[in-house]
Amino acid sequence: MIPLNRVLMSSLLLFSLPSAHAAEGQKVFSQGGQNPAAMACMSCHGPDGLGMAAAGFPRLAGLSAGYLSKQLADFRSGSRKNPIMEPLAKALSDDEVSAVTAWLAAMPAPAAPDLHRQQMASDPTQALALYGDWSRQIPGCVQCHGPGGSGVGEHFPPLAHQPAAYLVAQLNAWRDGSRSNDPNQMMAGVAKAMSEDEVKAVAAYFANGATQGGK
Amino acid sequence: MMKTLLIASLALAFGQAHAAPIAMEDQSQLKVPPASKTPFFVPPSEKELPDNAYGKMIRDGYALFVDTKRLAPKYVGNGLNCSNCHIDQGRLAHSAPLWGAYPMYPAYRKKNDKVNTFAERLQGCFQFSMNGTPPAADSPEITALSVYAYWLASKAPIGVEPAGRGYPDVNPPAGGYDLKRGAEVFQAQCALCHGGNGEGQKVGADYVMPPLWGKDSYNWGAGMHRINTAASFIKYNMPLGKPGSLSDQQAWDVAAFVNSHERPQDPRLVDGSVEKTRVKFHANDGVNLYGQTVGGVLIGQGTGK
Repeated sequence: MIPLNRVLMSSLLLFSLPSAHAAEGQKVFSQGGQNPAAMACMSCHGPDGLGMAAAGFPRLAGLSAGYLSKQLADFRSGSRKNPIMEPLAKALSDDEVSAVTAWLAAMPAPAAPDLHRQQMASDPTQALALYGDWSRQIPGCVQCHGPGGSGVGEHFPPLAHQPAAYLVAQLNAWRDGSRSNDPNQMMAGVAKAMSEDEVKAVAAYFANGATQGGK
Repeated sequence: MMKTLLIASLALAFGQAHAAPIAMEDQSQLKVPPASKTPFFVPPSEKELPDNAYGKMIRDGYALFVDTKRLAPKYVGNGLNCSNCHIDQGRLAHSAPLWGAYPMYPAYRKKNDKVNTFAERLQGCFQFSMNGTPPAADSPEITALSVYAYWLASKAPIGVEPAGRGYPDVNPPAGGYDLKRGAEVFQAQCALCHGGNGEGQKVGADYVMPPLWGKDSYNWGAGMHRINTAASFIKYNMPLGKPGSLSDQQAWDVAAFVNSHERPQDPRLVDGSVEKTRVKFHANDGVNLYGQTVGGVLIGQGTGK
């Protein structure tokens, strides 16, 4: 028999802890961290966390906490380069990172289109996104990033509704080696095999919700 | 009395389910051309699909091939799609392409002195690789898949082994394979996509990355349960987009590690006995761990329902 007060206490803990965590996450997102150098996410990534397409600032809403934490850790260590994000990530405490990434992961984002494998490509861009090009060892984007670019698990972020300018910048960074924090160099190989025009086209395809050309 | 009757009829039904004929009992390998032979065959492009009943059936076959679990749930007992083991929609050389398989059937197998048709080969895939119930040979599913394979093999010579067919053999390493080293390769190279416990990854109800063992993976009768076959597939196809990046030793080690885990029982199970099944179907079927004891545990007990 567990004493009632212990049951009460543990359930209080259960309910109070996550909400405090969420409140902290929301605060970091909208007002920034304790350290003033940890600026609010929303000032660049938008009040809805969906990024700023014109500036190429990425969508964060709905990305997995694991992926976001890894990126922040990589900005801290310098294994991912960005003049704005490196000092900012260093200014966030571990607790703040854990809180804000959980908050961002839970933020609503437009759903990836409900596409299935049976869909056939109707133009070369869609063919690259769905099937890849095996003569150059390029898997289809959706084979790892999920149907319609929905994102899969902790390691494969969504591509759908990510600003085109951001996707282009990242693919180009992998192509020229300035970004190299992908596990097992999975993206470097793919990006290097792509042409500049393909990078632009496939980025636009996912930014527009992976619907162009497809039915 | 009533209860005994019920149990008896249940037992009968169960017994019958197990005694159901298996279209392609012999799952042993046909000879595969060596990897040194450069593949030259180019399957037709989707752009060339005719806008008529033939084109439509090819599209149906394609859809079934890449989205098998979702479109043919009656026949698929696990979480897999044909395209999981036949990369690039059955087009890629050294990934058991359909254009390499279709022209090789009907195939004669000396071991059981039997001729197997392409339809029976497909039924074998459903029974073992998909751990399911094979559609009838004249079903819309087998017909559409056969038409898709026939179309991919357009202009290929019949009865000639084309270079790029199957998964090329990878010579077994001189010192054998090692499960512990295999586990290390798995964690470093495979777990990111297939999960730390080989469980695969889903979006919604559907697997994006297939499970490699457990109840949603291929069963103990599938060709992929052979360590030599899995090593060949892995060496020439995995990690996705990086074929040939693992050494022969790594491919064998990780194939053995994957195939040392439990998966659904071999549907050819003889008298409920793993040992009898091993003797009849596994003892002379390449390199495999079915019915063997590793670390004091009998392998091949199946995952249950």
